[in-house]
Amino acid sequence: MIDAEQASGNARVNNPIYRRRVWLNRFNMAMSMATMAFGMIFLIWILITLFGKGFAAFGPQLFTQMTPPPGSDGGLANAIFGSVLMVGASVLIATPVGIMAGIYLAEVGRDNWIAKVTRFVNDILLSAPSIVIGLFVYSLIVFQVKHYSGWAGAVALAIIAVPVVVRTTENMLMLVPNSLREAAVALGAPTWKVVLKVTLKAVRGGVITGILLALARVSGETAPLLFTSLNNQFWSTDMNAPMANLPVVIFQFAMSPYEDWQRLAWAGALLITLTVLLLNILARTVFRQKTQ
Amino acid sequence: MAFQVSLGDTAVAERTATKLKINNLNFFYGSFQGLRNISLEIPEKQVTAFIGPSGCGKSTLLRVLNRMYSLYPGQRAEGEVLFNGQNVLDPKYDLNALRGSVGMVFQKPTPFPMSIYDNIAFGVKLYESLSKSDMDERVEWALKKASLWTEAKDKLSQSGLSLSGGQQQRLCIARGIAVKPEVLLLDEPTSALDPISTARIEELVSELRTDYTIVIVTHNMQQAARVSQHTAYMYLGELVEFTPTAQIFVKPKDKRTEDYITGRFG
Repeated sequence: MIDAEQASGNARVNNPIYRRRVWLNRFNMAMSMATMAFGMIFLIWILITLFGKGFAAFGPQLFTQMTPPPGSDGGLANAIFGSVLMVGASVLIATPVGIMAGIYLAEVGRDNWIAKVTRFVNDILLSAPSIVIGLFVYSLIVFQVKHYSGWAGAVALAIIAVPVVVRTTENMLMLVPNSLREAAVALGAPTWKVVLKVTLKAVRGGVITGILLALARVSGETAPLLFTSLNNQFWSTDMNAPMANLPVVIFQFAMSPYEDWQRLAWAGALLITLTVLLLNILARTVFRQKTQ
Repeated sequence: MAFQVSLGDTAVAERTATKLKINNLNFFYGSFQGLRNISLEIPEKQVTAFIGPSGCGKSTLLRVLNRMYSLYPGQRAEGEVLFNGQNVLDPKYDLNALRGSVGMVFQKPTPFPMSIYDNIAFGVKLYESLSKSDMDERVEWALKKASLWTEAKDKLSQSGLSLSGGQQQRLCIARGIAVKPEVLLLDEPTSALDPISTARIEELVSELRTDYTIVIVTHNMQQAARVSQHTAYMYLGELVEFTPTAQIFVKPKDKRTEDYITGRFG
């Protein structure tokens, strides 16, 4: 009996179709591992270079001193502050707009033509080159008021952040089981109350995650800021004036021939990368905690 | 009158006023007709059960009574559903007011993502502005009615999701009662629950009958026999038979009903 079983097992292993499948499986696994390694190598390479050169210039002066003229000591305080201010303002603009549009798509419009068109336009906006958005805000605001400003920068960043928030809000609301929506409707609650008190509340972790990811997305944008807020080598809290920010400072300093400027650019790049990393980790933990 | 009594236990199936009167109701999911020419009268302060095989339209019929189907653009109903003499299918009928008077509990427990207290206060706040102490009283009253008070009174501020499945379903019933409806629609309320939780819900249904008109959809014929005074047997979108429960299980009028309840169906 045992011999017969072994024989039949061997027959299966020696079956040419089975053997071919085993080899195909090995081949495909190896290919997918290789492509993953290809991607990882560049990511790790970038990070090693960034951490090596960035930490060399890291220090407390980064947060206390202004961007210097070439040849003297300085930090990035004004650029950090400007970035925080503009990114913060952009998220404050984008969050209500994005959440409300997402609510419309998922809860109100659903499959009507306005919702379909909005969804399509949002997808385009999501992948629009940021330089186009920079130019748009340049012609809309900067050209009209005749000067660069922090507000123009915040608006450009908000236009980039809105589609991210719209998309995640809609996707999250779509995950709410219809039974929960019906349960609230069955009590006689009007749509806006159903959404605000029940469905949006059920997915608030996911929506917050979307906002954090939008924050991470815009905090590294350079092109739109080049056309809108430009730069400012002094400490400025005036959103109506040109404003320093990390991406443009990195761009300008890295392109320069001065070694001390280049070192500051590396430090700034590291700072942005760490911020984005932190935001992503935060987004993941929030998402994990708020969704059961 | 609610129905024509010919046989059966008239002591249980009392002759009472009609709460909901359905006249020549047809229902469509797009081009598919889900209900065909349904007419029936649901008696006040009694339990009416809808039974039938899957897809027979019993849940569809229930969802017409509070116009839940209006959420979905492809679905429409024709005919009349008179609630206190007014046709609720009339587009001008105030939907939120209807749902305030005709509550519903679903197959799966659906606690809102908020505290047990707020789960109940949510519906009440839609219709009344109560002081804190009045609201506390209302919450306690509803939880007692749904026989959940002793289990929940010490954790009113905890999430409704922290309760067990059976407790969650009783919370949903409490939430429905708290807005003081006239009719309570139960859509297979125990099909996701264990036998002990099921027994508690059935007990609860029998108690609530004194104050509310209850319509229950169930897969379980024994359940219909245990809790209801009237039973409607539906098949392929048609109402085959509507009689006192005591009669339908002992002496069904229609051959199709008999096949179904004796398990010879299909």
